Amino acid sequence: MKGEKRIILEYADKINPEKAEDYIKVGGYKGLEKARRMKPKKIIEEVKKSNLRGRGGAGFNTGMKWSFIPENAPIKYVVCNLDEGEPGTYKDRIICEKNAQALLEGMAICATAIGAEKGYIYCRGEYPYIVKLLNNAIKSAKEIGALEDFDIEVRMGAGAYVCGEETALIESIEGQRGEPRFKPPFPGVEGLWGMPTVVNNVETFACLPYILVNGAEWFASIGAPNYPGTKILTLTGDINNPTYFEVPTDYLLSDVIYELGGGIKSGRELKAVQVGGSSGAFIPKKNIDTPIDFDSMTKIGASLGSGAVFVLDETRDIVDIATRIAKFFKHESCGKCNPCREGTFRMYEMMTRINKGLGKPEDIENILVLSRVMQKASLCGLGQAAPIPIETSIKHFKSDYMAKLN
Amino acid sequence: MINLTIDGKNVTVPRGTMLLEACRLAGADIPTLCYDPELKLAGSCRMCVVEVEGRRTLAASCVTPAEEGMVVQTESEEVVEARKVILELLLARHRLDCHVCEKDGNCRLQDYCYRYGVKDSRFKGEEPHFYKDDPNPFIERDYDKCIMCTKCVRACAEITGAFAINLKNRGHEVVISTAFDGGLKDSTCVFCGQCVMVCPVGALVSKVEKGRGRDYQTEKVRTICSYCGTGCTLELKVLNDQVVGVNSVRDERLSPVNRGALCVKGRFGWDFVNSKERLTQPLVRKDGELVPVSWDEALDYTASRLKEIKERWGAGSMAVFTSARTTNEENYLAQKLARAVIGTNNVDHCARL
Amino acid sequence: MTNSIKDLEEEAEVIFLIGTNTTENHPVIGYKIRQNVLKRGAKLIVADPRRIELADIAEIYLPFKPGTDIVLLNAMMNVIIKEDLLDEEFIEKRTEGFEELKATVKKYTPEMAEAICGVPAEEIVKAARLYAKADKAAICYSMGVTQHSKGTDNVFAIANLAMLTGNIGKPGSGVNPLRGQNNVQGACDMGGLPDVYTGYQKVEVEENRIKFEKAWGVKLPPEKGLTLTEIINEAVKGNIKAIYIIGENPMLSDPDSRHVEEALDNLEFLVVQDIFLTETALKADVVLPGASFAEKDGTFTNTERRVQRVRKAIKPRGNAKPDWQILCEVASRMGYPMRYDSPEEIFEEIRSLTPSYAGITYERIEKSGIQWPCPHTNHLGTPILHKETFTRGLGKFHPVEYREAAEMPDEEYPLILTTGRSLYHYHTGTMTRRVAAIDQHRPHNEVEINPRTAETYNIKDGDMIKLSTRRGSIKLKAKVTENIKEGIVFTTFHFGEAAANHLTNANSLDPVAKIPEFKLAAAKIEKI
Repeated sequence: MKGEKRIILEYADKINPEKAEDYIKVGGYKGLEKARRMKPKKIIEEVKKSNLRGRGGAGFNTGMKWSFIPENAPIKYVVCNLDEGEPGTYKDRIICEKNAQALLEGMAICATAIGAEKGYIYCRGEYPYIVKLLNNAIKSAKEIGALEDFDIEVRMGAGAYVCGEETALIESIEGQRGEPRFKPPFPGVEGLWGMPTVVNNVETFACLPYILVNGAEWFASIGAPNYPGTKILTLTGDINNPTYFEVPTDYLLSDVIYELGGGIKSGRELKAVQVGGSSGAFIPKKNIDTPIDFDSMTKIGASLGSGAVFVLDETRDIVDIATRIAKFFKHESCGKCNPCREGTFRMYEMMTRINKGLGKPEDIENILVLSRVMQKASLCGLGQAAPIPIETSIKHFKSDYMAKLN
Repeated sequence: MINLTIDGKNVTVPRGTMLLEACRLAGADIPTLCYDPELKLAGSCRMCVVEVEGRRTLAASCVTPAEEGMVVQTESEEVVEARKVILELLLARHRLDCHVCEKDGNCRLQDYCYRYGVKDSRFKGEEPHFYKDDPNPFIERDYDKCIMCTKCVRACAEITGAFAINLKNRGHEVVISTAFDGGLKDSTCVFCGQCVMVCPVGALVSKVEKGRGRDYQTEKVRTICSYCGTGCTLELKVLNDQVVGVNSVRDERLSPVNRGALCVKGRFGWDFVNSKERLTQPLVRKDGELVPVSWDEALDYTASRLKEIKERWGAGSMAVFTSARTTNEENYLAQKLARAVIGTNNVDHCARL
Repeated sequence: MTNSIKDLEEEAEVIFLIGTNTTENHPVIGYKIRQNVLKRGAKLIVADPRRIELADIAEIYLPFKPGTDIVLLNAMMNVIIKEDLLDEEFIEKRTEGFEELKATVKKYTPEMAEAICGVPAEEIVKAARLYAKADKAAICYSMGVTQHSKGTDNVFAIANLAMLTGNIGKPGSGVNPLRGQNNVQGACDMGGLPDVYTGYQKVEVEENRIKFEKAWGVKLPPEKGLTLTEIINEAVKGNIKAIYIIGENPMLSDPDSRHVEEALDNLEFLVVQDIFLTETALKADVVLPGASFAEKDGTFTNTERRVQRVRKAIKPRGNAKPDWQILCEVASRMGYPMRYDSPEEIFEEIRSLTPSYAGITYERIEKSGIQWPCPHTNHLGTPILHKETFTRGLGKFHPVEYREAAEMPDEEYPLILTTGRSLYHYHTGTMTRRVAAIDQHRPHNEVEINPRTAETYNIKDGDMIKLSTRRGSIKLKAKVTENIKEGIVFTTFHFGEAAANHLTNANSLDPVAKIPEFKLAAAKIEKI
């Protein structure tokens, strides 16, 4: 496809993701083989050198994360975050459907690097067929001995968005309420069952085999230097091609929309784009000539996040959309910390008032105060990010709000 | 040791010290709702947030370890704004009836609203609807006042180990609940009232103490529980020469045995003291009936009858049952009465019963 | 307790609980034991015919038959000796009589114990290993061990087990009786016993007697007195003519109420000093109104020997007086001038005569109390007893043999009745029955019956039944529960209207401690 660069998805639909043999035929498990011949420290060095950054949304340097695992801990865990709860995001599902063995290989490489014997994949509750697919894929890899004595267990979530937060995910695996823990201690020091744990996203793991095989320099040279490699994006909304693409990270957002996405439906004008799922900022049209990499997005007050691209055309009511987003977060707040539990609830109340035409100017003021405090004082990323779409919609489309006030 | 700057003051603390403690050492008064030194950290109320230079977000000081070179502001504009907004959010889900609340004057939410001048909430909307009618005779569960600090849940698990309560639902609808949301009677609750002890607001109060005097009206007298042999320290609350309640003493230096923990009898079983059935007058049996008499009459009669029997039948025909319920001093005098006054070693008590 | 309560929370690795329903009778100690299990991974061995709460978190639960404690304990020692899990150095340096013990426990094999105690031999072996292999193992017991016709022997067996494994005189170990009443330890310490003055100074030792005669300025009787149960028996026979009872309710607390009633009715003169008109006070010739714990100053000594301050919060009710003042008045009017200005003055006299209390002053215990022995005012108290030596020097093994209980089940009375307390009420209910909230929560007595036993008698949960022994019967509600073994029934003695002590046996006393066999009587039940 025009403009795409496929690494993870190169053999999409050409191999059976459940069959390790298929994967091996196209060069699979070579990275793991190589890693097993390396000293664990060298693997971590290599990953660091590749400058691979977490694909789940926070963009933390993966090799760095691994290096925090205390070497002498008796038990360590590798956990894959496949909770994929951001509305509009389905890239991890696509990776599993197209190239599940790469995920398994990536996890095994991580296990080799940190000295773990057990891995968990925490799979989104709405993906029961992916659980089945992964279990078959694991079985197949085990049968041909590709994973050696590294065991992977698939655990299923129950539909809680917050369980995509790594510590809430860990709590959930442990059988507790899905609530985030405070950090530090970070999972790298005290994670699953209190043991050092690496939690990485599906896409992050899936990059690893290619880094090991082709070398860190190769990977580092693709896309944006500060956030190299490719990124799988999922397009939704008022777009002609609502599908997924794998692109180098220096790809422009405008090209995502107008080249790969084929432009806005029905020839309408673009109003705004929301990148990174429901917790992402709204980006007005004037800012879309920006590369999609993590740092460039941050510069325009947005976040690449999970790589979801939600496109709104000129006819869309942004206040109504922001209200729906507020409802989503009100529903998904776990209720642990005050700013998020009460903040998301009251945010939705105020947004509803405004959306119904009952709002007053001070509602907007109060939303902005609340928004600031939630971002600063909430315990985890959910509460910190929940007000961002609201705040950015007010920032860029204030007149839409003013028009709705009582 | 770690050096850091808090509100412009240099502080040195051991590695592993949390910012909250370091701030307190620096003389800063950090407000907390969910923090309790004896319970696992929750880090959830966010009242203790402080500003750490170079950090994107405010740090909850109770769960943030002090680090070398940190520069901390405990009452910066951002910090104060956050605390005010948190208080306003809590007020919006808290039924404000301080005028009839047991905890008036002894309530953290009230104290902090006063401190930050939070008179009302900008975020009022749906009223709280969490009250739980629980027909047990000991603990009232008015969750319309609950601020979700979860100290009750932690105290139940980590002090008593009853695991009677936990969280139910998510988000704003989170509420403290027993399994299957029944009354405490039908749960594993043992009515120790540790939850009442740690509740910072009026959500959990003793039904036995209700309406009998607010904490600030009562005088506190530290003493020892009068039930089993564990010897728990407790504080009697006194108003108008009546015992009107029991408080925990959580300072280990003053309460070395129980550090504030009590059982149902210690916390809720003190009301016998005020019973109308208490004996208030000496009684002497006359014509088969026990009738009230003066102390002089009762004592003289007792002394003369005891002397008489001793003279007639000898000291060995007499006995004293002293008491495992009275003080050491009284037991000492009781056996002295038996041995030195009556002249017998027939003295015993219910140690074996 | 040889050790401190805190040890059970923060030191002990294994805790062997026998005959103590800790979470109900010593709730706060129960919490601490549970937290030790939850937070530090301590292991529990629970031996009790009732499945007490702590059994749920125990590593090993031994539901043995009431009255077979010695067999169980001897069998554990048998295993420890056979498997060489004993502490040789401790036995060598600190004890004597080991060979005799070894000879005695030899025949108590786990298999033999299984037959008598009704618990599997392998569980006994596991318990023995767990206890003996721990670095710090504590034993806690309570009335479940002592209230038997061989209660003293049971305690000897416990002490033998602790010494055999060197689990005494160090943190987290020890032989720890959990005392049932707020000041039962103090009442004993203060000489409220027929054979000793304060601090367990024997009355029959002349030196002691001379010391107290000098202090008190009178001649004192040289021979020890009668115990409570003996006094009651002698009163029935007419040999005891007058009793002065302070803060006790033998009508409910003593075995065989009818027998107690007979004794009290038989007296020429009965004085009862109490805060309520108890079942016993109703029998009195004179009733003197005393003060509750909230109305006077003084000290209590808790189960870990900690002497703590009790403080006056309110005035005595009506014309009532603090008990110490009443005692002074009675003594003075009997011709022995007894005058103290305050409880502190009495305490000063106590410590001048009691070496173990000598270093304790009101000032020193203003904040937190001191554990005796505390011989001088610079001494910090003694959290752990027998650290270097035992009171008598070497610790003596007292091997004990099993004897059957005085009253065993038979055709007419086929069940075993055992008695105790519940969490919500206390002792004879004098106080708790008068706390509205508590009495509302637990207004009735119940008898616990195993479902299979209940089925035999066609009894369902909640049925009213008649529970009888050779002494009498009471009517109460049946509580059908798996928490009690088949063939055993349990009830509490808090309730005057269904008083367990109408049923218990006053004739089977422990020969040494004279403790009644509350934990075992032959009984029958029928639906009414």
